[in-house]
Amino acid sequence: MLELRFHSRGGQGGVIAGKVLSVAIFKEGRYVQAFPTFGVERRAAPVMAFVRIDDEPIRIRTQIYNPDHIIILDQSLFNMLDVTQGLKKGGTILINTEKKPEDFDFGPDYKVVTIDASTIAAKHGLGSVTQPIVNTSILGAIAKVLKVVKIESVIAAIEEDIPAKTEANAAAAKEAYEVAVG
Amino acid sequence: MQKVLTGNQSAAWGAMCAQAQVVSAYPITPQTTIIEELADLVAKGLLDAKFIKVESEHSAMAGCIGAQATGARTFTATSSQGLALMHEELHWAALARLPIVMADVNRAMAPGWSIWTDQNDSLSQRDTGWLQFYCESNQEVLDTVIQAYKIAESVDLPVMLVLDAFFLSHTYEAVEIPGQEATRKYLPPYKPSIYLDVKDPHAFGGIVPQDVYMEFRYKMQVAMNEALDVSVKADEDYKAMFGRGYGVIEQYRMDDADTILVTSGTVASTTRAVIDDMKAKGQSVGMLKMKMLRPFPADLVREALEGRKRVAVLDRNICPGMGGIWSQEIRNALYHTPESKRPDVYGYIVGLGGRDVTPEVIEKIALDVQERPIKDGEQVWIGLKE
Repeated sequence: MLELRFHSRGGQGGVIAGKVLSVAIFKEGRYVQAFPTFGVERRAAPVMAFVRIDDEPIRIRTQIYNPDHIIILDQSLFNMLDVTQGLKKGGTILINTEKKPEDFDFGPDYKVVTIDASTIAAKHGLGSVTQPIVNTSILGAIAKVLKVVKIESVIAAIEEDIPAKTEANAAAAKEAYEVAVG
Repeated sequence: MQKVLTGNQSAAWGAMCAQAQVVSAYPITPQTTIIEELADLVAKGLLDAKFIKVESEHSAMAGCIGAQATGARTFTATSSQGLALMHEELHWAALARLPIVMADVNRAMAPGWSIWTDQNDSLSQRDTGWLQFYCESNQEVLDTVIQAYKIAESVDLPVMLVLDAFFLSHTYEAVEIPGQEATRKYLPPYKPSIYLDVKDPHAFGGIVPQDVYMEFRYKMQVAMNEALDVSVKADEDYKAMFGRGYGVIEQYRMDDADTILVTSGTVASTTRAVIDDMKAKGQSVGMLKMKMLRPFPADLVREALEGRKRVAVLDRNICPGMGGIWSQEIRNALYHTPESKRPDVYGYIVGLGGRDVTPEVIEKIALDVQERPIKDGEQVWIGLKE
């Protein structure tokens, strides 16, 4: 079983990212479970979302404490949260930032990958320049970097599940997939 | 058709498959997305139902009672304080013998204010005359809504199905949706023998004098007793038609196990994985999943537990001054078992107010119960902070 944890702020689409990823994985015939932080969602408040992926039916129904990988949609969360808490050794930290991986130091146990999803999302007109909705760009990067899902499945899930600006969301996911360094 | 749905959406799609004709509901976290989804299904024309917006949960149930009395199939959903506000109408629905189906998203009672799961809301309605079913997956939620109508309309009693807040209500997973056409073969349209009809006026719910009230209650008790076999058969028929069945209780890998964990809701799902791990390590453990609370399947429980050494009941609820509610029910069912075959019954209080019941917690209980003297094991609180 593979477990992912998303960190975002309310309004960035972190919860929908988990949902769309679950649809993409379902389309590949695997078992998946996706859920948000069990809390009260407010705009700009720190939000977590979780995804479990397996080839067998998933029976564990608890929150995720030791994810295999972490996806961070908003780098300002580093200032207020221990975002790597519980991350398994060898795990990847995928960060939405304009910075380079070497600008971050999480020690030798983790791999850091960066993607400028905010710029990609803004370029495709998703959200505003100051508050881009980065979830679909991040999904493209996940397909490339974490290799847990095919980009074609992500695009199909976006087409099925994101009714607003569907084409722009699909294009943002594709662009992130192409530029991400896995 | 398979779709990725939350538990709440699964409840709504169950009502859609069953072709509920009237939805009367009031929103409350974490139930809100059930009625949002139903409103959406009605607006899109996928469910041909009248959606009644009301000003409280009390009115939501009153709306269902009125509509059901005219011969319409009704559905509603609520949670926690909302269910408590419905309490008076719950008695009314049951005593009026109206086969209403309702989903309750288990949420702890306040204060302290909580939106997270435990079973006190639904369990404290156990004496109202509603059947109650506890679900562990989104698929089971959807399937149980459909079965609930079949059962309710066979015995003229209302059915409450229960799902854990967040652990099911807000969790996405793939769910098979049978659709209206296939469901209709299992569940024909609702045709009550008695209903309100303007062309043939009658009054329902009038005063019942002392010489007949007891008979009303007796008939209800007879119907409740019948509801057990009706529920078992409804599940078997469903399985024959759709390939999925759950049983009113389920023995999971109990074979000759000495130690049995009794679970309900999503804890049952997680416990399956724990049982598999512990069995692989040579432990003699198994699980009894309780799906049905009312009518209480006492004979089936007794049959499953007789001859075991010990039983640990995991209660995500607390009856103050008495203890865990499932453990009371289990002890009661075993009272007539001869002492030589009667297991020790330990009550464990877990997961109140949404505290996570992890595999570690469950394994700890399975090990603790094997060491603990029974006199100290009446009620054990797990994971309390100092």
